[in-house]
Amino acid sequence: MSNNIFVIAEHIQGKVEDITYEMLGKAKGLAESSGGEVVAILLGSGVKDLAGDFAANKVLYVDDAQLAEFNPEAYCKTIESLVSQHTPRVVLVGNTSQGMDIAAGLSIACDMPLVAYASEVTLNSVTSQLYGGKMSVESNIDGDRFIASILAGSFSADAGKGSGATLEDAAAPDLSDLKIKFTKLIEPEGGDVDITQHEVLVSVGRGIQNEDNIPIVQALADKLGGALSSSRPIVDSKWLPKTRQVGKSGLKVKPKVYIAVGISGAPEHIEGMKDADCIIAINTDAKAPIFDYAHFGVTEDLFDVVPALVEKL
Amino acid sequence: MNIIVPIKQVPDLVEELEIDSSGKDLDREWLKFKVNEFDDHALEEALLLKEESGGTVTAIALDSNDIDKALYAAAAKGADKVVKVTGLDGNVSNHEAAKVLANAIGEMSPDLVLTGVQSVEDRDGQLGVLLAHYLKAPHISVVTGVSINGDSVTVNKEYGGGLVAEFEASTPIVLGIQAARETPRYVPVAKVRRAMRSTDMVEVAAGEAGVSAGTSISRMFKPEGGGSAEMLTGSTDDIANKLAEIIKSKI
Repeated sequence: MSNNIFVIAEHIQGKVEDITYEMLGKAKGLAESSGGEVVAILLGSGVKDLAGDFAANKVLYVDDAQLAEFNPEAYCKTIESLVSQHTPRVVLVGNTSQGMDIAAGLSIACDMPLVAYASEVTLNSVTSQLYGGKMSVESNIDGDRFIASILAGSFSADAGKGSGATLEDAAAPDLSDLKIKFTKLIEPEGGDVDITQHEVLVSVGRGIQNEDNIPIVQALADKLGGALSSSRPIVDSKWLPKTRQVGKSGLKVKPKVYIAVGISGAPEHIEGMKDADCIIAINTDAKAPIFDYAHFGVTEDLFDVVPALVEKL
Repeated sequence: MNIIVPIKQVPDLVEELEIDSSGKDLDREWLKFKVNEFDDHALEEALLLKEESGGTVTAIALDSNDIDKALYAAAAKGADKVVKVTGLDGNVSNHEAAKVLANAIGEMSPDLVLTGVQSVEDRDGQLGVLLAHYLKAPHISVVTGVSINGDSVTVNKEYGGGLVAEFEASTPIVLGIQAARETPRYVPVAKVRRAMRSTDMVEVAAGEAGVSAGTSISRMFKPEGGGSAEMLTGSTDDIANKLAEIIKSKI
């Protein structure tokens, strides 16, 4: 076993995702404690230039046409091969769409415990945000080695930017017989509304109960000259189009005023809106995580307070 | 296609969550459980695929509180078979659950295994990906669309910002469903009751998992948070006035 900390770098459409820098910053502290080095793992085709601002001791990159675009099967095989050869002490993976396809399989393939939804990591314990962010759970690791999949927004991205990493070319395993083939990227359809461009967003969550109640919150958005956005369950239920979704699998927004109506504040949602200038949360559950991020909170029933507010504006 | 859908019950987050006296788990005695919402989407996608392309849908679950009702509800919605895996405590790690499910599902020669992409209790990783590795099958997570073309499937995987990657894959494959193409169908209680009488639930013994998560919970606690929100109180009218003031001052 080495004392090195591996960070699985994530990139899409030629751009490194912020989660990579967040993990690199965290890895630096872990490597200081373990006495090892920070090693970034970068997979792709013609990809090494992306590592120019990585705060790492080493970037282990694999350049292969089969890795040009993320492919769960090809990426898993390659990362499993690297982790088996180099036996790092800790592997940090994003708890992201790509990372979800990597972490759990790596845990089995390399016989390393995995702790998911991680918001804090030390060399012997990992804290996860479970139950939609309503509970923190600290896990102790049996043994020394582990994988943590990191919730985006847990650490500073700036701490993971730097220079001077050594680049090292690594060979890809045999990727000739893949059962999954990448075909194309599909850009989101332009919606009627670009929620990232609005200064006021009224965002609706599960608390709205059913589709027929959407006009109640739409009226508030209209009154404020803002747009109506939502949390994921509303979009999964097809009550609003995908272009209105705020959060991990939706859009990141930074309006002047963000009014969260009937949204409990799961980590995936918080990731998309926590940087808004002023956050107002309306939710009857006084213990909802959204109130930890809001500047102002209201526990009145949304069906009473939203129409009353529309009257006052 | 032979489509298998593992389902599980999770605590209903609408209820207040309390920590038990060990300080390491939820107080489960009074917890209300419901089917993992993503599993509902996985079942819906499976039923849509069956309606379009034929085949059979089997819902499978580890035995736990109220799981019979969840399985009969799956049958009422259109699942052809329901299977309960018995002899294992429902509250096990996902590594163990995945291994035991893989033992049972491996026997069924599946073409597609559709799981919910995640649940609120995935401390040791998402079930579908673990299941795929135990089945030695490839997997794609965060799936928002599936279509069948002969022996292969076209799969849409979602990234942030609504960007979607399209893959072509051979079967068998495990897909972690984020959202079905349609809203999961509703089934009235009367229909579930009828399914209860007309469906033969198959029971299979869990056998040994022989794996573990490799970690143990040392502490469960409510996130401290900033608790930063200034709470507005008073009558509805007072609150609406205060909110209007705040909003006007910010825009």
